[in-house]
Amino acid sequence: MIDWFTWAQEGVAVLAGLFCLVLGFAGRTPNDYTLGAVLLVEVLLVVQLVVALVAPATGNVPTGSGLEFWVYLVSAVLIPPAAVLWALIERNRWSTVILGVACLSIAVMVYRMGQIWFVQAA
Amino acid sequence: MANNGSSRAVGVGRVLIAVYAILALAATARSVVQIISRFEVAPVAYLLSALAGVVYIGATIALLKRGDTWYRVAWITIVFEFIGVLVVGALSLFDPVLFPADTVWSYFGRGYLFIPLVLPVLGMLWLRRMRPRVAVAQEASN
Repeated sequence: MIDWFTWAQEGVAVLAGLFCLVLGFAGRTPNDYTLGAVLLVEVLLVVQLVVALVAPATGNVPTGSGLEFWVYLVSAVLIPPAAVLWALIERNRWSTVILGVACLSIAVMVYRMGQIWFVQAA
Repeated sequence: MANNGSSRAVGVGRVLIAVYAILALAATARSVVQIISRFEVAPVAYLLSALAGVVYIGATIALLKRGDTWYRVAWITIVFEFIGVLVVGALSLFDPVLFPADTVWSYFGRGYLFIPLVLPVLGMLWLRRMRPRVAVAQEASN
C-alpha cells in the first residue's frame, strides 16, 4: 500500500458516498455523476489491487495479517459492481442511496485495510 | 441478488437489504479470517461471530424472497440478531476476555458503527410495515 494513495482513495470514497446519499435523499435517480462517482471508487480499488500485488516485491509489506487484508480488498472490489446491479434493478431515489451506502462501506474497508497494512502488528 | 418480484425488495427496503448484504459479507468474511488465523484466542466469540454472519446471510435472503414463509424466516433471523447484539453486547462489557472487541456483536456492535444494533430495529419496522396482507396498500403510499 502507498500511504498518500490510500488516503486519497479514502477521501474519494467518503465524498462519493456523501454525494450519492445527498442526491438520493433529494430524490434523484442514479445519473452519470453518481454512477461516475461509483466507477471512480471502483477504478481506485482496482489500482489498489495492483499496488498491493506489486508492493511486496519492492519491500513494502503489510505489518498485519495478509489474509485479512486480501479478504477486505477482494470483498471491496466486488461491492461497487454488485451495488450498481442491485441499484439499477428498480430505478428510483433509493437506488442512489444504495450507491452511497456502498461507497461509504468501501471507505470503512479502505480505512481498515490501511490499518492492517501500516499499523496492525502481525 | 436479482429477485425484484419480491414484495419486500421495494423502495427503501432495497437499501435495508443492501446494508444487510454488506453486513452479512463483513461479519462472515471476518469470522472466517479469525477462525483460520487465531481461533484459539477466543473460540466462543469467533464461533458466535460466524453464527451471526450466517444469520445475517439468512436475513438478507429472507428479505429478498417473497411469500409468508420467508416473511416468518425474516422475523426469526432479525429478532435473533437483535437478541444477539443485546446479550453479547452486555456480556462483552462484563467479560472482555470471552468476547474481545473485534467480533460483530461486542460492545453492541461498536466495531461496526453500531449498525448491528440499529439494523434489526429498522428491519423489524420494515417487516411490520410490509405485513403480507397490507403490503400492497402500504406500498401505494410509499
